[in-house]
Amino acid sequence: MLALRPRLASKLSAWLALSPATTILVVVYVGCTAWTVWISMTASRMLPSSTFVGLRQYDALFANERWQISVSNLVVFGVLFMIASLVLGFLLAVAIDQRVRAENVLRSVFLYPFSMSFIVTGLVWQWLLNPTYGIQAVGRGFGFETFRFDWIVRQETVIYCLVIAGVWHAAGLVMAIMLAGLRGIDEDIWKAARVDGLPPWRVYVSIVIPMMGASFATAAVLLATSVVRLYDLSVAMTNGGPGIASEVPAKFVMDHLFERQNIGLATAAATSMLITVAAVVAPWIYIQSRRRRAA
Amino acid sequence: MKHSASVLALAMGLGWSGMAVAQEMKAEVIHWWTSGGESAAVKVFADQFQKAGGTWVDTAIAGGANARTAAINRTVGGTPPAMMQFNTGKQFDELVENGLLNDVEAVAAEQKWKDKIPPAILAATVRNGKMYAVPVNIHGQNWLFYNTDVLAKVGAQEPKSFDDLFPILDKVKAAGLIPLAFSGQKTWERNLFNAVMLGQGGAKLWLSVYGDKDPAAVKSAEFKNVAETYAKLRNYVDAGAPGRNWNDATALVIQGKAGFQIMGDWAKGEFIAAGKTAGKEYGCVVLSKAGGGYAMGGDVFAFPKTKDANTLKAQAVLEKVLLDPTTQIEFNNKKGSIPVRLDVDTSSMDVCAQKGAKMVADKNQQAPAQELLTPPAVTGAVEDVISSFWNTPGQSVETFQDKFAAALKSI
Repeated sequence: MLALRPRLASKLSAWLALSPATTILVVVYVGCTAWTVWISMTASRMLPSSTFVGLRQYDALFANERWQISVSNLVVFGVLFMIASLVLGFLLAVAIDQRVRAENVLRSVFLYPFSMSFIVTGLVWQWLLNPTYGIQAVGRGFGFETFRFDWIVRQETVIYCLVIAGVWHAAGLVMAIMLAGLRGIDEDIWKAARVDGLPPWRVYVSIVIPMMGASFATAAVLLATSVVRLYDLSVAMTNGGPGIASEVPAKFVMDHLFERQNIGLATAAATSMLITVAAVVAPWIYIQSRRRRAA
Repeated sequence: MKHSASVLALAMGLGWSGMAVAQEMKAEVIHWWTSGGESAAVKVFADQFQKAGGTWVDTAIAGGANARTAAINRTVGGTPPAMMQFNTGKQFDELVENGLLNDVEAVAAEQKWKDKIPPAILAATVRNGKMYAVPVNIHGQNWLFYNTDVLAKVGAQEPKSFDDLFPILDKVKAAGLIPLAFSGQKTWERNLFNAVMLGQGGAKLWLSVYGDKDPAAVKSAEFKNVAETYAKLRNYVDAGAPGRNWNDATALVIQGKAGFQIMGDWAKGEFIAAGKTAGKEYGCVVLSKAGGGYAMGGDVFAFPKTKDANTLKAQAVLEKVLLDPTTQIEFNNKKGSIPVRLDVDTSSMDVCAQKGAKMVADKNQQAPAQELLTPPAVTGAVEDVISSFWNTPGQSVETFQDKFAAALKSI
């Protein structure tokens, strides 16, 4: 009994300390999420209404061409952006890890884009990619009259422009994480590999990369969150155009929530995004927790 | 429990201090007129209200959607401003339905507004037989602006219809200039389509498409002709058009790099800022074939419900100030729009404004803008369809017609 008391007291104070955060979590996150899901099943337009319409908003949503394009854009962007950022970031880190001169300068230069917001990134790349005064115009100015780089004004290619800008923005961050990972590799491994006469690329592929699982996971999670909330880049670069070719889900939600006074459809879209993310994250968390228990 | 009690006390305290200040007829106004010309225009209202003994508290929020969201949230939350801006049209429908707005019937009857405002604009403010907002201006959305030098260079006259326009566009193209300065953003792609619909199809088609939302009208031969004319315009814009801002497109016309732009009369602000005079360096005309029409949009002010006697008094004074004839002329000169009253003297306004005022005075030319006829959700759905048609040259006109009809029925 005596031994139990202080333990109980410390548990109580822990709960007390956590209660503000817990309240915020429950009320703001869980509460608002539940409210969003509820509104998505009503006929709400400009103001929330309580007319229950079941899944009608979802029918309208999935029949909506703009939503379909938004979702497929997110998939294309997500896959290409993550792979390209990871590969490029890793290669940059390897290059810098060769103990090059002016390492500090280069590291800052590569990390610099990350210090900019997506809005600025989008604007800069909008100008660079604009065919009448960007890269294409410069190429033609040098005398290459047929030089063509007008991806941003073509519907089929505009999404790759978002990828280019996104990778430019994120690769530096990936590099910083990877560099930290590379520096954490034991020097003795390199010495042993040199004694065995392994070529450096073989050491990277077979030994170093498998040892850097944590770095890759960190970078991947950070990149994945910026994929899901992709919004400002599309707004600043193309505003969803040409046409509706570079629309993304978050922009669909924002536009319908405010400009279009259609919160029923907007919350249905937001709920669909949540379910998708949950469907990816939940199994992962489950596996992690089982692994932890097993270990 | 203790917590909620203190919140209550706080709220009472706030209410108390609010009442004390309100003695001097104070009115907070939420609007989105933040650019140079716009804030000069809204200052006309503020000064007039000040003269009438009020205190104008200016809450300007950049971006129409942001300003409306802020105003709506505050109204629903119980701390409304005295007056809030909307575009003429259906943006405040649900506020009326939920009984959150005061009507302006008393002042409207006293000032006999209903005889002086064009019917389409008046109708856009009336819900259940009562006027719920005060319109302050009329913006024409379907003007064709042109550079007179470019026109002279290719030896052409001012076009009257789209049929006249195409040969001139060809000549401008042959002269190595951009024929049509275009800003490839969804709103302007829709605005251009609407200008073509009024210009080629006339007010009758316009009203059956957007007013009655009649699928038969969308499937008609007239509508098909509109879509084909619109599609033909794709050949006259430059490669840099997608994503361009409308004022950058206007700049191309001002600099003589492009011949024409189809835009609302707010584009005049850019010409004026560049030191150009209407009828001299640039001209303006509304293209029409079958009677045509002037797409009338604009802005209104609505008055949230309140029980506070001083705010009510301020609201009544504001209503009168907004539509005072001198205020109307002064405000609209700065805004680039035309007065909403048909009984004011427009001779002091520029050539384009006078042309516009003449059209608005003619009943057959009064066409309510799309925002007056379709709620924002439908306007947005239609906009997506038009935008995707404009940017997909491979899409057939029939597919476009089907999608358009579906979008009109989307809610």
